[in-house]
Amino acid sequence: MNQHEKETLLSIEDLNFSFTTQRGIVRAVRDLSINIKKGETLTLVGESGCGKSVTAHAINQLNPMPPGHVDSGKIVFNGTDLLTLKKSEIEALRGTQISMIFQEPMTALNPVFTVGSQIADVFLTHQDMTKQEAMEKAVELFRLVKIPAPERRVHSYPHQLSGGMRQRAMIAMALASPNPGLMIADEPTTALDVTIQAQILDLLQDLKQHIEMSILLITHDMGVVAEMADRVVVMYAGRKVEEADADSIFHNPHHPYTLGLLNSLPSNKKYKGARRLEAIDGTVPDLLTIGEGCPFANRCVYQTGECSRSFPKETIISESHSVWCHNYQAVKTENRQ
Amino acid sequence: MQNNQTSQEIIKDPTPLQETWYNLKKNKGAMVGMTIILIFIFMAIFAPLISPFDPLAQIIEDRKTPMFTNGHVFGTDDLGRDMLSRLIYGARISMAIGVISVGISLVFGILIGVTSAYFGGIYDKIVMRIIDIMLAFPYILLTIVIVSVLGPSLMNAMVAIGISQIPRYARVVRASVLAEKEADYVLAERALGAGNFELMFLTILPNCLSPTIVQATLGVGEAILSSAGLSFLGLGAQPPTPEWGLMIASSKEFITNAWWIVTLPGIAILLAVLGFNLFGDGLRDILDPKMRN
Repeated sequence: MNQHEKETLLSIEDLNFSFTTQRGIVRAVRDLSINIKKGETLTLVGESGCGKSVTAHAINQLNPMPPGHVDSGKIVFNGTDLLTLKKSEIEALRGTQISMIFQEPMTALNPVFTVGSQIADVFLTHQDMTKQEAMEKAVELFRLVKIPAPERRVHSYPHQLSGGMRQRAMIAMALASPNPGLMIADEPTTALDVTIQAQILDLLQDLKQHIEMSILLITHDMGVVAEMADRVVVMYAGRKVEEADADSIFHNPHHPYTLGLLNSLPSNKKYKGARRLEAIDGTVPDLLTIGEGCPFANRCVYQTGECSRSFPKETIISESHSVWCHNYQAVKTENRQ
Repeated sequence: MQNNQTSQEIIKDPTPLQETWYNLKKNKGAMVGMTIILIFIFMAIFAPLISPFDPLAQIIEDRKTPMFTNGHVFGTDDLGRDMLSRLIYGARISMAIGVISVGISLVFGILIGVTSAYFGGIYDKIVMRIIDIMLAFPYILLTIVIVSVLGPSLMNAMVAIGISQIPRYARVVRASVLAEKEADYVLAERALGAGNFELMFLTILPNCLSPTIVQATLGVGEAILSSAGLSFLGLGAQPPTPEWGLMIASSKEFITNAWWIVTLPGIAILLAVLGFNLFGDGLRDILDPKMRN
């Protein structure tokens, strides 16, 4: 093993997760495999409802079960399969080694307690210390996430803070874990405006360098991906359709869906040419009636008969780049022109 | 540095209690209600110090003394007991009734409401059907049953009122827990390692307290009224306890020739219940989440 090859922290192997509903079984995640190495930032990209959050919540078992259930697969974290653990063992992992930042800073903090005491609570749950010490630690974390006047702000209630500050408080809360090996960030910047978004992302990057921590970042925003990702997994309707290092995703996309995502981004370079943003035609298929074929087939301009019959096998483009598409060659040629 | 710290002290954000107090001061009805309640509480606590006579001492020659004569500001009753003193001691009993019976229904109502909303499923269904049955049972009948099993006494009347009011609190608490338990902050705290007990009572319950407090405040007034009713029927306090309802019951035949003996306890009940209702309504206006921002 060479020096650059880092140890794997989390690996999800062939995960199938579905929900039983009144109308039938919804297969939210299908045959998904993901590897996160220590100190790496992996982003899960895809539109709403493609199974990103379900995947993230499957790791620390926050999906409501029932109606949700794991049909098959493994989620190996630090050598143990999380799916075989007891409820209490999972509870012990949450907030200690696996930490989480939530999407909505407006609602993810308990409105009746001061933010400081909520952070202190996380310390008190997992570590043996006095309330006083926990509060001091909370102030330290506030300083770390760059909240101005931390001594005063720990005594504020969530509604007295701005959106950006609340998101920082959320991050501080996630960092209150004694040993956050894995930070799951579920759309941490979606609810924020762009300037605050940049600050929060910088902050996360900064923190990652301070603390040896892996980040699983979930987003639908390619801008966030560009800023943060080491590696990118593109998901569509519960399936992984492309996986690559961040550079390849942006400069050498092979899946038509990835290409569609990139084309729907506004770009500065092309500003002079004043192009219209391209939308991907059609809508996401109903996960209830989805067949065995490629889920993107009905919206794909490159689709052939084969697409609706079977889901393509993995095609390895390079060491760090794989795609699941029958017609990736066609995509590639068009993209070059 | 010293200077810096004091200036930080000054611009501290208001706590929820301070905010509530600020809004309460603007609500006239609630302030009137609170004043009445405070007066009754004051009377209850300092009854031995402020009452001019022993409430049980019978002065035979002063029977049915009209108001403002012989040093009896509110007159005396048919046995020559000072009405003012009896009313003041009556406040003590009524406040105790209110607090204890509401306390009983609060504790059980919260336990039942929180657990059934949180766990849901069959447990919730069974518990809520039992609550439905309790609600369908006329409460006065329920109290009569309880009192007749345990025997008539003030304590038993409180227990009976407490038990008969459990369904109401259970429903209020359950409804607000159902709304709160899906909130993101609950998921967030679960993700950071909180267990079921912590989530139920330390995370969700504090968010459901506003409607519960309102319900409890209104409930105190109602408990006072119910216990007066039970005592009037002879199922609650027993003579010679200076309980307001009992005072009305034992002097109802004098309404034509000594009106104050019957009327004054009635006015005391009215004021106490009015006070709690005004305060409760004011609190509802202030604490209602739809009216907060």
